Amino acid sequence: MSIETVPATTLPTELRTEITVETTVNGRAVTKQVEARRMLLDFIRDDLGLKGAKRSCDSQVCGACTVLIDGLPVSSCCTLAYEATGKQVTTIEGLSQNGVLDPVQEAFIEESAIQCGFCTPGMILAVKVLLEENPSPTREEIEQNLSSNLCRCTGYWNIIDAVERAAQRLREGDRK
Amino acid sequence: MTVGADIPRIDARPKAVGETKFVGDLIVPGMVYGKLIRSPFAAAKITRIDARAAKALPGVITVMTGDDVLDIDPYYGHAIKDRPLIAIDRVRFAGEPVVAIAAETPEIAADAAELVEIDYEPMEAVLSIDEALAENAPHLHVTELLRKGLFHGLGEFKLDPGNICYHHQFGRGELDAAFAEADIVVEGEYEFPAVYQYAMETHTTIAEWNTTGDAAGDEVTLHSNCQHPFLVRAEIADLFQLPVASVRIVVPWLGGGFGSKSYTKMEPITVALARKAKRPVRIQNSVDESMVTTRRHGMKAWMRTGARKDGTLLVREVRAWLDTGAYADNGPRVVATAADAAPGPYRWTAVDVNAWGVYTNTSPAGSYRAFGASHLGWIGEAQVDEIGRKCGLDGVQMRELNLLEPGEYVRPGGKPLDADLKGDIRKVAQNLDWDAPKPPNTGRGVSVGLLAAGAHPVSTAFVRMEADGKVVLYVSSTDMGQGARTVFSQIVAQELALTMDEVRVMGGDTQVTPYDRSTGASRSTTLAGMAVLRSGAELREQLFDIASQQLGLPPEALEMRDGAIWHEDESLTYPDLIKAHFGMVGGELIGRGEVRPERGSGSYAEGPVFWEVCIGGVELEVDPDTGKITLLKTASVADVGKAINPKQVETQEMGGLLQGIGNAIYEEMLFDPSSGQLTNGSLFDYHIPTMLDLPESHRSTIVENADGPGPYGAKGVGEGALAGAIAAVATALGDLGIDLHALPATPERVWRAQQAARGTQQADTNGTN
Repeated sequence: MSIETVPATTLPTELRTEITVETTVNGRAVTKQVEARRMLLDFIRDDLGLKGAKRSCDSQVCGACTVLIDGLPVSSCCTLAYEATGKQVTTIEGLSQNGVLDPVQEAFIEESAIQCGFCTPGMILAVKVLLEENPSPTREEIEQNLSSNLCRCTGYWNIIDAVERAAQRLREGDRK
Repeated sequence: MTVGADIPRIDARPKAVGETKFVGDLIVPGMVYGKLIRSPFAAAKITRIDARAAKALPGVITVMTGDDVLDIDPYYGHAIKDRPLIAIDRVRFAGEPVVAIAAETPEIAADAAELVEIDYEPMEAVLSIDEALAENAPHLHVTELLRKGLFHGLGEFKLDPGNICYHHQFGRGELDAAFAEADIVVEGEYEFPAVYQYAMETHTTIAEWNTTGDAAGDEVTLHSNCQHPFLVRAEIADLFQLPVASVRIVVPWLGGGFGSKSYTKMEPITVALARKAKRPVRIQNSVDESMVTTRRHGMKAWMRTGARKDGTLLVREVRAWLDTGAYADNGPRVVATAADAAPGPYRWTAVDVNAWGVYTNTSPAGSYRAFGASHLGWIGEAQVDEIGRKCGLDGVQMRELNLLEPGEYVRPGGKPLDADLKGDIRKVAQNLDWDAPKPPNTGRGVSVGLLAAGAHPVSTAFVRMEADGKVVLYVSSTDMGQGARTVFSQIVAQELALTMDEVRVMGGDTQVTPYDRSTGASRSTTLAGMAVLRSGAELREQLFDIASQQLGLPPEALEMRDGAIWHEDESLTYPDLIKAHFGMVGGELIGRGEVRPERGSGSYAEGPVFWEVCIGGVELEVDPDTGKITLLKTASVADVGKAINPKQVETQEMGGLLQGIGNAIYEEMLFDPSSGQLTNGSLFDYHIPTMLDLPESHRSTIVENADGPGPYGAKGVGEGALAGAIAAVATALGDLGIDLHALPATPERVWRAQQAARGTQQADTNGTN
């Protein structure tokens, strides 16, 4: 058979241009020079050292890298760091305050909704947004909303229970 | 009491707040980043690699090829040494690493990879079992050059030239006579797909090669998300010709394993790159890279089963070919386990089983949760039900009639059955409301199977009590999400009358925590847990001895509770005892626990440590127009002997079950039949179950008969539900007359099988007219 060459490719230099990202992460103002191609996930994890968001599918399917931008969930693996400019970014590290856990985090612990924990930070942030938009979701609504957050360990049942428990606690908290 | 209670996992809180560190979260000082260039060809000679431009790129530390590892014997493989740690002169599957680059940042490493030019001379590839076994098929390996791996562990190492890497055969009884006696015989050919384990955390390894300059020589430290650190250590030491003690494997929490991180995966190439770079190197796979790093074996099989007209099973004959890909990895053991599980837990007059592991030019296959039981279990269970339908017995009646009783031999010698399977089947049927009327297009099925579990029974543990009376537990089982460290803490707390917050448990570190054979085969609670229990018991004995001397009373007169030793109302706390023993506030007491084969060599042939019970129950609806399956109910039974943490048993069951559902209905790795490239190598194209795929209801039951060999009568859990679910999907479809011969049960396959069944019915009706 004949020889086939996998050739070298030329690097697009514009991606390596440095730009400035000015954003707020967990309430703290951050200004950093990064390559234009820097992804938000790498920015958070490697430039800011916040390791809670995880990389798995790297293609906006699994939800492990979920963070909030201005309160809405995004896949940080497929979002440029630059897109956070002028916005509020919340990561899992920003959810608990001075060691006091968010009711969603508490519910995940109490319902045994955590096994390996790799999906957990993204899942909890997605739940947070769901319950802000819909304080009393039905089981079907929970399933619809969280179907873009994968978990390979739990079989999801306990996560759904945790969402229901957190929803109840948040509603009771509102009444107090 | 900590044992038997739903103690929250010790890792739940750190995971909920994002503090838990996985390998990919670690930064070792001076660490650089590896990037692999993988072959696009399934079989090719590498004729030229030009990496000059890559080497010249600022920030690139080094570029490694096969030429850089020729100073060592670069072949590894725990079963068969068949794999070079980086391609040498040729590639055997699309995705095989050909060049490894280390650079200051991951981006520079990726850029450098783009600058490398490689010439390949494509060769004829064998991309399926049939192609590999064809006469005149090219051989992937030169058989004479293959050597036995460090942990072959499956009897004589004997290979004939060709593409077969392992053959397992057993039989008993007179096969032909038994078939002659059978009134009903069912048979068929079947296919089972390759699937991807998808641990969400991909394979990640950091390697440091330290030139110590001291008499003990160089030292290698790895941070790796591996399930079997001690087996990896042995293979790395062997490859790089280092003493075992000079290789240190540190294992943090894992983001899932499911077998994908068992044995040695990315560690050899990472160590070799660190050796060349003279810097710590991290290699982190992307999902598409992990997909071609390991997978489940695809399989072709033929099976026939014979029975009397009253439904009594008589005889089964099985032939199976498992596709292990380009390198054996754990193929031989998967083949042996699949063969072993093929007869199922029934009483046979005769059986004959042959299974082969086959090399093909596809990505290597290794362990996946419930390997063996999942491969042939669904086929055997479908045939049991097929016979049942011919003699008017339902799935539960067939199993009540034919299942083995506790104490009966599953196979001659070895471990007799240590479970009440008939009781288990009745429970799963109850969970499914077995006798309730079925709506149209609804099928209901149960399944049962056994999995030879426990692997080789060698585990050790230490527990160290400090002067403040608190303990540190040293045990090497990897916690990959199954909750092993929580269960170990519960056991040691129970044995020493401590509370959970008085126990700290170390993660695996081969220079610190003691030997454990592996983490897999549902062995951690049973075997490492037993070592933990014994370490606690030994320490408890020391505490009683000291108290006995202090109080001048025999140990029998004393009791242990609430962190102290008591005689009536008088007590000595553990700090009191340690102070009395050492004469100062300091010192420590160490308990040691060991598990090893209690008889014989503990080899696979004499095993297993226990029979893991695989029970499944499924009720599903099939859309007659599209073939689409809707899951209505699932059920499982966790026959665990003793549930040390019932909540964790339940979560193992539910997680395993849903993986089984994914395997049965959705998942299949597709290799392009001409190029051999994986065509669905991303989670876009490879669907794993989401929340939308859940059944409408699920019920599981925990059975505690204290009939396991582990602590308090426990036996392992975690794999059975997966195999059980696959088989129950098959039997539930069978209940609708849908006789599926290939998985996954996609709408198209179900629809076609449904049409075929209708055709047969039509023909039958015509015949009677």
